[in-house]
Formats: sequence, structure tokens, C-alpha cells
Amino acid sequence: MIAESGHYALVLALGLALIQSIVPLIGARLRDAALMNVARSTALAQLLFVGASFVALVTLHVNSDFSVANVYENSHSMKPLLYKITGVWGNHEGSMLLWVSILALFGGLVAAFGNNLPLSLRAHVLAVQAWIASAFYLFILMTSNPFLRLVNPPIEGRDLNPVLQDIGLAVHPPMLYLGYVGFSISFSFAIAALLEGRIDAAWARWVRPWTLVAWIFLTLGIAMGSYWAYYELGWGGWWFWDPVENASLMPWLAGTALLHSALVMEKRNALKVWTILLSILTFSLSLLGTFLVRSGVITSVHAFATDPTRGVFILLILCLFIGGSLSLFAGRATSLKQGGLFAPISREGALVLNNLLLTVACAVVLFGTLYPLAMEVLADFKMSVGAPFYNLTFVPLFTLLLLAVPFGPMLAWKRGDLLGVTQRLLAAGVAGLVAVAIVWGWASGGSTLAPLAIGLGIFVIAGAVTDIVERTGLVRLPFATVLHRARGLPRSAWGTAFAHAGLGVALIGIVCETTWNSEYIATMKQNDVAHVAGYDLKLDGLFSRQGPNFREMIAEFNVSRDGEKLSVMTPSKRSFTTRGSSTTEAALLTRGASQLYVSLGDATAEGSIAVRIYHKPLVLMIWWGPVLMAFGGVLSLSDRRLRVGAPKPARAKQRLQPAE
Amino acid sequence: MTLWFVFALMTVAAIFAVLLPLGRGARAQIQGSEVVVYKDQLAEIERDLATGLIAAPEAEAARVEISRRLLAAAGSEPVSEPTSSLKWRRAAAVLALVGLPLVAIGIYMPLGSPLLRDFPLAQRERGAGSGMAQSLENLVVQVEQHLEKNPTDGRGWNVLAPVLERLGRFDDAVRAYRNSITYNGESAERRSDLGEAIAAAASGVVTAEAKTEFERAHTLNADDPKANYFLGLAAEQDGRKDDAANIWRALLVKAPADAPWRPLVQSSLARVGGGAATMPALSDETIAASKDMNEGDRNAMVRGMVERLATRLKQNGDDVEGWLRLVRAYLVMGDRDKAVGASGDARQAVANDAARLKQLNEGLKTLGLDG
Repeated sequence: MIAESGHYALVLALGLALIQSIVPLIGARLRDAALMNVARSTALAQLLFVGASFVALVTLHVNSDFSVANVYENSHSMKPLLYKITGVWGNHEGSMLLWVSILALFGGLVAAFGNNLPLSLRAHVLAVQAWIASAFYLFILMTSNPFLRLVNPPIEGRDLNPVLQDIGLAVHPPMLYLGYVGFSISFSFAIAALLEGRIDAAWARWVRPWTLVAWIFLTLGIAMGSYWAYYELGWGGWWFWDPVENASLMPWLAGTALLHSALVMEKRNALKVWTILLSILTFSLSLLGTFLVRSGVITSVHAFATDPTRGVFILLILCLFIGGSLSLFAGRATSLKQGGLFAPISREGALVLNNLLLTVACAVVLFGTLYPLAMEVLADFKMSVGAPFYNLTFVPLFTLLLLAVPFGPMLAWKRGDLLGVTQRLLAAGVAGLVAVAIVWGWASGGSTLAPLAIGLGIFVIAGAVTDIVERTGLVRLPFATVLHRARGLPRSAWGTAFAHAGLGVALIGIVCETTWNSEYIATMKQNDVAHVAGYDLKLDGLFSRQGPNFREMIAEFNVSRDGEKLSVMTPSKRSFTTRGSSTTEAALLTRGASQLYVSLGDATAEGSIAVRIYHKPLVLMIWWGPVLMAFGGVLSLSDRRLRVGAPKPARAKQRLQPAE
Repeated sequence: MTLWFVFALMTVAAIFAVLLPLGRGARAQIQGSEVVVYKDQLAEIERDLATGLIAAPEAEAARVEISRRLLAAAGSEPVSEPTSSLKWRRAAAVLALVGLPLVAIGIYMPLGSPLLRDFPLAQRERGAGSGMAQSLENLVVQVEQHLEKNPTDGRGWNVLAPVLERLGRFDDAVRAYRNSITYNGESAERRSDLGEAIAAAASGVVTAEAKTEFERAHTLNADDPKANYFLGLAAEQDGRKDDAANIWRALLVKAPADAPWRPLVQSSLARVGGGAATMPALSDETIAASKDMNEGDRNAMVRGMVERLATRLKQNGDDVEGWLRLVRAYLVMGDRDKAVGASGDARQAVANDAARLKQLNEGLKTLGLDG
């Protein structure tokens, strides 16, 4: 009964979504408040039914009801409870159900907390949201239904892909989906604005929290995914420029650009058309990501779907929404009113530069992702675009961007004083140069660019600090005044500082890890000692242990430095009988921001084992950076007050630029 | 019945969600407007000015700009005369009352299985304990779970391996035989069983890996019949028919007269053309016996074909005709249990496809195996 009720709830959600996509639009046309309000109650009811459907699937997985094909194919009665639950979205059907659940969640949130929106805007937004939802409900029901049943239920399931049996699965996909799907709200707002033909600074104010929420989750989701790959795959790599990773990076780049351009729109009523376009593009890239991952176009760990009908269906949704929204944009964009003016050197100008660099970077990643696919389809020629391509294209773009980051927040709105800002950033620049000199003297080996890159990272962090110091007047004013001003400072200003500093932190981590990591790969026998980056690792022995649904072989290493015992590391290899495959569980030893990383290879008959040991200096900073950024986002989100840019009074004969 | 009751309740709740706002009159709605946003922005400037975050001239310029926006917004604010169009509201209500249940039932009926109850594992295990007939598969799973926890139980592997092989899970059978050899020690018999399982996994081809096992068995016991038979088969598959004939002839000479596998070897021998050569040398007694053996030959041949069909269907279960043929074959061979088992497998294999399932059920009905 649980299975069938869940199934029926999903069908009802589709019915409600269909009503929600038509009735409110008619209501908005007729200015009928009751018809427009249908959007609100149906969105909430939809959330209720999809939620019930999702809970039903979770219950079926927890109860190991193998009469449901999805449970039979992806679960196992001996699996620990946590993985029974996370296994729900560790497969194609379940993850699509999670996708629509989150879509319904966002729709429900707009319905519940959208009281500050004009009635017709809310009706339009929710109707567009329902279009997306209807398309995906149909997709799930027709091609990837998680509630299909087996007449003769088998007694045992086929188990979940062992690589996915990890705590990472509990966090990474929900976070990522909250990010991906969150951008559907800014998309819906953009389409609603185009349909209504009204767009102004207030629009940006209303979209801002939703974009910010999506961005925070996407940032954390990507960082989490990267850390998961780092410790689970056993090679110590944290970013592979894999198409699936790119699929999540592209919406992030576009979303970051959107966040900044919406700022200009909110404060200065400028860049309106561009912001609308970015909203559409960001969600389109999210959809593209869904298509790439879900259609099985790309074969990787993530592509557990390889069914052509699914691919065609998603492609259809993709064409419909991207094509439709862009056509609507092309038809309506010219009729939108132009906004405020600003000089090229100004906060707005800096944000335009930011947008330019981010979108070009995004285009580069898009090219690198799609080019190999196009080549494979058109020329029947298999190739992969990897790190060398991105090092030549993406890295210079981001270097430019990072150089400009500290300037942005310090420039005034409308027209800024570049020379003045440069003077105020002098201290940060000096800090960066000192860092370069120190690293140059200290480090041995590695790229000559590495110290420069670290200097850049320090410059970005120091720039963020300088901004806060300037705003609070830390050096100039008495301490009590400083405290008063710090308290009065908008939370968003703090948010900006933290997010920008996060960029610098991540950069330093990336450079240190790639330049100075040391590795040791060998076959070790009992009592062998490996020396890596000043650490001694002695292999104490190999043990076997029985887990709930796997057997594992554990190697025990005693780690010491200069004869002083530090810790015991126990990397292991797990073999899962049901799927007949095995995973490596790396052991990590954290020392400050650096990590020692041990993972096992194959064991030989003589009792020796292949071992990979890495020392990764400051590697954790790679993920502290995004966490800082997300924290900045949360601070900015908690800034309840509405923000306005205070332009400097116009001086004579300053050339003004049109906004777009 | 409860299920339909739950469905009805859910449908009513969904319809209610649409009707609720329609029933409300055109009361003044709480809603935001641009004017509110700009007023907030003005207040914000005053606050910033008070804390000293912006200077007075900047504040003045911002104030002017926002006031301009405020005026524009107030001017263009739609003169919201909340109209109420009764006709359209009725249409929406009808859409909810009629359209929603129709869409829901129309989509659910072809996809759902409302007659199928839930099968949570816990309940099924309890049911099995209280005297319900345990299926072979259920038992196998239990033995497997036991071995998962006690992987060194050689006897368990010994029991499990042939069962797995009979169930057609050849890869698992190979693993089980390997474990049996590891924990029970090797013997010619176990080695040749392992080889047989490897060959079965390769759809009857004696691979190099399988051959190694048979050779190992042969060194352990030169008279092991299974090893000899399969070494002959390997020779035949390699195209060395004479070698095959020699091996099998030698095997028959040493074989006891009542060995159950005699007919199989003899038919194989006949296949490679070695049978005719031996026939004249046989005594009258053997010739008389060979009439029965021919019967056995035929049976063996049919068995081989059925086995191959079963293996193929294990890999690709979409073929309804194939399943029906398999079930019919088992019935003809008098193996009703196997026939019932095969029809169960078939239902499971095509469970996702309603059209095929229907075809299968009808076919089974004509065979007298009513689901």
C-alpha cells in the first residue's frame, strides 16, 4: 500500500502542477485574485504530495520491499540503515524524484513566504515553476518510474554501487540539487518578468534571496563532491575536469555572475536585460547538467542511466525550456526600459568586468565539455579535454578575475576613483609581494609561477580585510567608534569580505597541493617503512574484517615523525559480494591544513601489498575556501535590510556610459 | 479496498487545494509592491547616514535617485481593481473536480499495480518461519548470508555450489567451488566440478581456464570421468576430433557398465565420428543395451538443448516465446517442478512489460500452468 500510495501521490502532484501552470496565468490576465491564489495552494499541495511520494520511497527502501523494482535493483537487506536511506537517491529514478521534490520545495517556499511579492508576479512565478515541474513529473512517470513493481519479489536485492556507499552520498546530491534546482526560481522570476513586461530594481531585490540560497548550496555541493572524490576514489585527486564536474561548475560560474549583476540591478536599476539573460542561462546550464548526467551521454561513475529514451526525453525538455525562454527573451528584451547610467571606472564597471570574466570562463568550460562530445558524434573520433586545456584558458581568466576582486567592493557606485582605491590597496599588495618573496626563498622545486600565485591569494585575502578595515575605519578612528561602525555595517558587506577571502584561501590550497605534494608508491611487506615528506609510515600488518555487507582487508600503518609516534592509519580495501566489486577506503591524517593520505592497491600472494602514500600540503584550504564563501553567502542572506548604492554626487563633465 | 479509500482521500485533498482559494471572495490580499521596496530603500539610506557609513552628499544623491524610482513605480502600479470573474472561477472548479481525478486515474492505471500488496522483508521472513513453504531461492539466500559471515565454512560452500549451478548462477557457482577447494582441500572431483561450472558460465565452451582445472583433476586422478569427458570435449572444440574420440573411447573402456554418464559419452563419441569405429567391436550384449542407450542419447540431447535455452533466457528474459518453449519442454520431460520454477522466472523477467506479461500468462494458461 505504501508503494502504490506513493505512486498515486506522484501522479496527483502532476495533476496539480498542470492546474497550477494554467489557472494562475488566466487569473493574472483577468486580475482575478482568487484564480491567482490557486497558484499558492496548489504549490503547497504539490509539495505535500511529492513529499509524501518521496517519504514513501524512502520507507520502501528502509523496509527492503523488493517487490518494488527500484528497491530490488539498488538495495540490499544487509545494508546499514544510512545507506538504505541514501540509496534512495543513489540511482537514476530516485535521484530524479529527489530533484522534483526539491523543485516542489522551492515552489512551496515561494508560495509560503512570497507575501512581499505583488500578487500577479507570484502567480506568474509559480505558474512557470509548475511548467518545469510538469515536464519532470512526466519524465519520471513515463521513463524512470521508481514505483514499478515486480510480481514475484526476489528475496534479496542487488545492492547499491559500492562507491556510493559512503556518507558523501548523504550530503553531496541533496546539496547539489538544492543548488541546481534553486536556480529554477530565478529562472521563473525572469520568465515571469518577461511575461508581465515589467522589470525594475525591486525585481532584483525579490530574486536575491533565492539566488543566494541556490548559490550557497551549489558552492557547498561542489566542494563536498570534490572532497568525496578526493577521499573515495583513492587517487588523491580532487578535481578532474570530468564532464560531470564541469556540469556543476558551469551553473556555479553563471550563478556567481548572476549574483553580482543582480546587485547592480537592485542598487542602480542598471544591467536589467543582462541579468534576465543570466537568470535564464544559469538555469539552462543546470538543465544541461541534468541532461549530461542523466542521459548517459557521458559515461562515468555518475551516469547510472544509460537508456536512450530518457536521453531523448530530457533533450526535449531542454530544447523546450531553453529554446522557449530564449525566444521569449529575444521578443521581449528590447521593450524593457533602460536603467541607470555609470562610468566605466565604478562599482558597476567592476561588476561588469566580473560578469565578463565569469561568463567567458563559463563558455570555456562549456566548450571543453561539449567539444569532445561533438567530435565523437560528428567525426566519430574519441578525445578528452583535460587539465592542459583548462590551464591555458580557464586559469588566466581566473587570474585576471582574482586580480580585480579586491578593487570591486572598494570602488564607489556610479563613478569610482581607481587611483584612490589602488593607494588604499597598497598594503594588501605589499602583503602579497612579501608572501611571494618568502615562498620563493623557502620553497624548493616546483613551478616558478607557484609563489606568484600564492602572492595573488594573499593579495585577495588582504584586499578583503582592507575593505572591512576601510569601512570600519579601524586604523583612523577610536576603537569605540570602530566597534559601532562594525556593528552598523550591513551583513552583506561582511559576506562579501568572507566570500572574497574564501577565493584567496582556496587558491592557496590549490597551488600548494598541486606544486608541493609528494607521493610514494611501492609494494610493502610487513614491517616495511615508507618515508614521505618527513613522516615515517611502518606497515604493522594486514587484517581482515567482516562488515555488514562487505569484507574488508585493513592495513595498519604506524605513523611517526622524527621518532615520535603520531597516530595509526588504517586504509582498507572493501569487497562487496553482491555486486562483485571492491572499493578502496583511503586513510587520512590531518595535520593543520595538510594531510597524509594512504590508499591500498592490490595484494600479492606473498602477503605484500601495493600502497600509495601522498603528503598533501595545505590541501584542506581547497575546501575551507568554498566553506568560507558559503558562510559569506549566509551572512549576506541574513542581511534583512534592503540595500541601496549611494552614488557619489556627479562631478562636471564625467562621461557616462549607458547601462547595457 | 483500503487502498482505494486512501486514493480517494488523497484525490479529495488535492481537489480541495484548488477549490479553497476559489471559494474565497475578492477580499483585500496581503501583497507586496514595488513602492514598499523603494520606501524601505529610502529608510535604509537614513539609517546608513545616521551610522556614518555614507556621507551626506552621497545620501542626498541616492535619495534623489530612489525617489525617482518610487515616483515611476507609483505611477505605473496597476490600478488594481480586484475583479472577480465568476465564469472562469467555475471553469477552474470544474477543471479541479473532473479533470484532476481523470488525469490521475488515466495516468495511474496503466502504470500502477493497485492489486499488489507491499512485501516488506521483515514480514516475509516472519512468514517463512511460521511454516510457509520456503522456496529454494530463499534457502540459497540464507546459506549465502551464513557464508558471508563465516566465509571459511568449507562444507557450506560444498553444499551451495551445485545448487547455484543448477539455478544457473554459474559465476557464483565458480566462486563457491573455488572457496570449497580453498577450505576443503582439493580433489579431482572438486577440480572437475569447478571446471564444469567455468565451462557452463562460458555457455558450454571449455575455456583455457576450465581446461586447466580439468587437467589438474586429471593429474590428481587419471580416471576421473568428468575430467576425461570434458578434456575430450575441449579437444573436440579445438577441432582435434581424433584426440577427442581417443579420450572418450578410453573412458568408455574403463567405465563401469552401469555408469549413468555412459550414454552421454557414447553420443559424444558418435558425434565426432568415433562411434562407428567402435560399434563393430561391441558384443551382442552391448548392442542390445545400446537400444536403451539411444533412448538415453536422445534424452541427453534434448536436455542439452533445454539447458542452453534456459541459459540464454537467464541472460535475456524478454523472449516470451522462448520462455513458453522452455516451460513446455520441462513439462514434456516430466519435470513439473522445473516447469513451475521456469514460469515464475519468466513472470519476473517480463514483469515490467504489461503486454509481454499478458502474452506470457495466456501462454501458460494453455499449457495448464495457471498463474
